[in-house]
Amino acid sequence: MLQVENLSSCYGRIEVLHGVDLEVHSGEIVSVVGANGAGKTTLLKCLSGVQPASGGKVHFRGEDISTRPAHRRTSLGLAQAPEGRQIFTNLTVEENLRLGAYLFNDDRIDKDMEDAFRLFPILKERRNLSAGGLSGGQQQMLAVARALMSRPSCLLLDEPSMGLAPKLVEQILDVVKNLRSLEVTVLMVEQNALAALGISDRGYVMETGRIVMSGPAEELIADEGVREAYLGI
Amino acid sequence: MSEFLQFLFSGITVGSVYALVALGFILIFNASGVVNFAQGEFVMLGGMITYFTYSAGVPLAAAAVFAILVTCLAGVALNKLAIGPARGASVVSLIIITIGASIFLRGLAQVVFDKQLHRFPSISGDDPISIGGATILPQSLWIIGGALGAFLALYLFFSHTLTGKAVLATANNKLAAQLVGIGTNNMMTLSFALSAAVGALGGVLMTPVTLTSYDVGLTLALKGFAGAILGGMGSPFGALAGGLLVGLIEAMTAGYISSEYKDAVAFIVILLVLFVMPNGLFGRSALERV
Repeated sequence: MLQVENLSSCYGRIEVLHGVDLEVHSGEIVSVVGANGAGKTTLLKCLSGVQPASGGKVHFRGEDISTRPAHRRTSLGLAQAPEGRQIFTNLTVEENLRLGAYLFNDDRIDKDMEDAFRLFPILKERRNLSAGGLSGGQQQMLAVARALMSRPSCLLLDEPSMGLAPKLVEQILDVVKNLRSLEVTVLMVEQNALAALGISDRGYVMETGRIVMSGPAEELIADEGVREAYLGI
Repeated sequence: MSEFLQFLFSGITVGSVYALVALGFILIFNASGVVNFAQGEFVMLGGMITYFTYSAGVPLAAAAVFAILVTCLAGVALNKLAIGPARGASVVSLIIITIGASIFLRGLAQVVFDKQLHRFPSISGDDPISIGGATILPQSLWIIGGALGAFLALYLFFSHTLTGKAVLATANNKLAAQLVGIGTNNMMTLSFALSAAVGALGGVLMTPVTLTSYDVGLTLALKGFAGAILGGMGSPFGALAGGLLVGLIEAMTAGYISSEYKDAVAFIVILLVLFVMPNGLFGRSALERV
């Protein structure tokens, strides 16, 4: 579904991604784990198009999207829930969700919104409140729910558990796990490696802008080196 | 009483012009966080282009529509040629760019048009309507109607249309806006075009009463900006109310104290209000969790 070949990207003159290769198949949940500053977020930003790539190719459903602007990748079914609660704080929860479906104008929006409320019931209670007033965890849920409103076939999740209480982490990862039944493919970036790999089919380990290891999630969890470096066991 | 009514009428008329300028301000501010100090020049262009097109023999209505369209294009050009290339610069730099653009437009108008004062005929003649011993010009009613109409249109745009919400979303979080599929550059272009149109409408409506020349923009921008701030930068209702208030304060000061003081009193009142209510009269305080 998503093929990344030799992708590199720079901030100014400093290259932070050095030829990343990665593949996500339809229906999979794939995690990219690694330490802070390994380039995980930059990788996702290049895939969604908000960060320009300086080299390499990104193919999505067989189409080369390397030079497409971000808003025209969303329309192909590639959605990103960005890192750090990037919601529209000046709008209500419901307006945030409605804008998630900005590209659509049909009856399915109401149904999708009900689905989103079923995944995150707290958002339904707060639907008419300003999104800026939500707690951190609720904002994170809203960011994920908003991304789902764009009817993605592939969802890019950036640190969905960042800064959340353990109970909320579990809740949000449960939702991610259940996306499989909605036929949404997931590429997730996480520092919380154990939790992320625990619900994934496959994983990639990233270090200073390179993929250093990849394989089935259980194998990575079992690997001595990975356990020591990232899982803290 | 009739004296008071007279001041009231003139205050509302002038205030409506300020309100139109203020509405133009918040349109661009809502999309980009930028205060466009070339807003007054949009008003000037509206009046001047209408006058010169009308003088060339074009019917007044057509000349007015033409002026509004050309000003729209000027707004889009301002965004594409001056704001766009500086994308990524801080908001303060962008504001300084708009000040430069305003000086440029004023100079251009001086060269392309001239330095004279101009007016063209009112829409419904110049016979004053007498109400309760005071009089009001029919054109004043047009100005007030124009301000109310523009307010209503913008209010509906921001609160009831998806495009309006997309403009607000773009200003609030550009990255997230792109990620939900909003073409953020198009939203900026749209805001500049609408803002220029609202400004030009003000220019077309006010010129028969207040006359126009290449340099009317500066004062109007200041007063309109004051109105927008007073009302609470961001909400269309605040812009309308703030603009009207500035006009009323001016007219009352000019009437009861002295017209020498009208600007001073207007700005003092605004400062006092902002000391007590930093978000303006109708502004929402920014509610954000860190």
